[in-house]
Amino acid sequence: MILKLKDIQEKDRSLIGGKGYALSILSRYGFNVPRTLFITADVYLDYLKATGLQERILLALHRKNLKEMRWEEVWDTALRIRNMFLTKDLPDKIKSLFSKAIKNEFGDISVVVRSSAPDEDSAAASFAGLHESYVNITGIDNILTHIKLVWASLWSDAALLYRQELGLDVENSSMAVVVQEVISGSASGVIFSKNPNDDSQILIESVHGLNQGLVDGIIEPDRWEIDRNSKTIISHYEAAREQWMMTASDGIRCETLPQEKINAPPINKSQCKTLADTVLKSESVFGSPQDMEWTFRDNKLYILQSRPITTTGTSNTEDKRSWYLSLKKSFDNLQGLRHKIEGHLIPDIIRIAETLKNMNLTGLSDDELSVEIQNRYEINNHWIKVYWDEFIPFAHGVRIFGQFYNDTIRPVDPYEFVDLLKNSRMISLERNRMLEELSAIVQADQNISSTLIAKKYSELGTDFQNKAYAYIEAFGNLSCSVSGGKECEAALETLLTIVLEMSRHNRKKDNKKADNNIKVKEEAFLNHFSEDKRQQAKEYLDLARVSYQLRDDDNIHLERIEAQWRSAVHEGKKRKTLQNKISLSLEKTLSIMPDQIEKPESTTPESTGHYNVKARQLLGQAAGPGIATGTARVFTTRNDLAGFKHGEILICDAVDPTMTFVIPLTAGIVEKRGGMLIHGAIIAREYGIPCVTGVSDVTKYIKTGDTVTVDGYLGIVTLK
Amino acid sequence: MENLEHIKKNILALFSKQKLATLSTAKDDKPYASLVAFVGDRNLKTILFATARTTRKFSNLASNLNVALLINNSRNDESDFHEAMAVTVTGTAEVLSETEKIRHMDRYLATHPYLADFVSQPTCALISVKASRYFLVENFQKVMILNMDKNNDS
Repeated sequence: MILKLKDIQEKDRSLIGGKGYALSILSRYGFNVPRTLFITADVYLDYLKATGLQERILLALHRKNLKEMRWEEVWDTALRIRNMFLTKDLPDKIKSLFSKAIKNEFGDISVVVRSSAPDEDSAAASFAGLHESYVNITGIDNILTHIKLVWASLWSDAALLYRQELGLDVENSSMAVVVQEVISGSASGVIFSKNPNDDSQILIESVHGLNQGLVDGIIEPDRWEIDRNSKTIISHYEAAREQWMMTASDGIRCETLPQEKINAPPINKSQCKTLADTVLKSESVFGSPQDMEWTFRDNKLYILQSRPITTTGTSNTEDKRSWYLSLKKSFDNLQGLRHKIEGHLIPDIIRIAETLKNMNLTGLSDDELSVEIQNRYEINNHWIKVYWDEFIPFAHGVRIFGQFYNDTIRPVDPYEFVDLLKNSRMISLERNRMLEELSAIVQADQNISSTLIAKKYSELGTDFQNKAYAYIEAFGNLSCSVSGGKECEAALETLLTIVLEMSRHNRKKDNKKADNNIKVKEEAFLNHFSEDKRQQAKEYLDLARVSYQLRDDDNIHLERIEAQWRSAVHEGKKRKTLQNKISLSLEKTLSIMPDQIEKPESTTPESTGHYNVKARQLLGQAAGPGIATGTARVFTTRNDLAGFKHGEILICDAVDPTMTFVIPLTAGIVEKRGGMLIHGAIIAREYGIPCVTGVSDVTKYIKTGDTVTVDGYLGIVTLK
Repeated sequence: MENLEHIKKNILALFSKQKLATLSTAKDDKPYASLVAFVGDRNLKTILFATARTTRKFSNLASNLNVALLINNSRNDESDFHEAMAVTVTGTAEVLSETEKIRHMDRYLATHPYLADFVSQPTCALISVKASRYFLVENFQKVMILNMDKNNDS
């Protein structure tokens, strides 16, 4: 059903959601509201029923308990569901009804398509910003698509997790949509009838242009505090005013602010007064403090929405919502992060690792070494924090491109876009190239091969040994080259066993062919855009590639830093063993250092009990197409790598980037950790190896030696 | 042992809520399926069902005692695909003697009182299936196996 502003009655509230209902009240009381149509929540349910999407969504959601999913897996599920909406057309009847109503109301002008979920009203929940709204959408087909996207946002990662957190029913939610005329205001903002920090005040926040930049937190607003009684301005905080959000040919863009606007506040004193009067009137209409979004066009005030202030001050719910909101990152936001990571963080981490490596530890006194160990420990901790604060959020670059790609191409496989991201510059691929080089030498030289079989590593020629050590230094057990000793021998043995196995079963990737394929796909993707949009498409792709590459490289960079801490600790321990006495401070430092540093995202395998329960078929996500049967090799520690045989199925909690070098030998990969963009899945796609991720308890149910089949199409693992 | 408990709980729930099971028998390599009113026991060891001695399933049992039973809670609507659970039991059937039949009859009729006339006739046999393995299917495709004999891994 489609309703107009004047049609709305009290009984329609549950059909159009609180946001929609508030607009109808505002209009009835004479506030200036943009032209609006409401698409009721029952249309959403009809669409689900008519297209069969209801059960498809629930099947996707029930593959794994939502509570057991990592956030990345929830995002994956949300992306799959979103793609279902994109690829399922509206039934003809609904389509013609919508087209007619939208045409009648708006003609050819562009609109805003906003979410208005009925359960947004429920007592404790504030859904502000969690569901999608799309600004400046033109053309009937485009508007219809965005209505579906608003529906789909009911199932976004943030919305799913937030509902679960609040204990709301995830499965029976529904969604109404508000379609409004776009008001391209010269200044916009929000106004609170009660300042969350002082309820004797009104608070206004305002930016030049559209208010999306403010709402999404990209643009810092000017801020006014106004006395509720006298309506006088108590304070005005002036923002730096660098950018504004503008309507572009389709959608909105963040642009640099023209000089004359940089110097002027977005609104003047009299407009502040108008706003204050309006919000107080709204407060008396609704009977509770209000939080309004507004815009001024040609000095005329438009109210875009009004809702009760859910909390004054910060409550639990508000805290949680803002966390879930942080899952949404805008393109502009990510570009900023990219410059920071590429321009500063990565060069820094490389430089620091190099500086530390070149330091002569043996020349330090005990006390100096003690300080150095602690220093390196701090440095390492600092970079782990950077990893969580900057590198992990930057992974959104891939996600935002994924959505962009799916919106444009509407592929059957929502992960088709990953093929465009493959990049020959990834460090792990460089490492695999070095491995292939070593195995080629072994393959060509019978003597080396026999020496390796006999494990007489000391008899290897210096040239080959140097190459092997160069590899270990670059990618293997990194402290080995500095510290020497037992760790180093073990690392060499692991490496050479793998190299020998690789030389027997050479599996080479045709990099040139792969690169050409990517070029063809890239061209095909860009051809979907008109000349003026192509630049934007390129920017999204470029951002995604950098983000994708970092996702693979960041752990390796971190390992380099950790290795330097480890080598300093090693030097201390060596002195303790060799000398009778070391200084007290060094003794103390060594005693407080942990044995190892907890790796980001590493998981400890659960202990295995004796069950007479066996798994026959386990469920995960299809992360690399293909099917393979083989003997399982379960990895719990890095030492398990050495025994790996060609054609085995790799079973593990998580593929660590430092262990990806055995991948060319595997016939299939099964990971407990879930996600389509995790290291294992990325490398599996590179090599075309069947891969299933997110299989709960996989290392508990599958033992080394079991015969397993990995079905990378259906996302299932079957035990014989 | 959390999973063992989870599987047992789900199988017992199917036992208590479902009345009918699909029975598979075979003779001369020809499979046959039939619907039977079943009763399972608390420790999952045996499953009882009744049949007339003239039926095809009974004649199949005379030549092959290996059977499978399927019990499920589907409602025959769309939501079954994400909600329904099914268990397949494999085991060996035994046609109970008259004395054994009388001993087990009360338990059987407690679940299926409407079958009192049927079961009490001399031409009706009570069959006890000794379960060897349970295959529990949840979430559309997740399959777990409960082996009743730890040494039997086949």
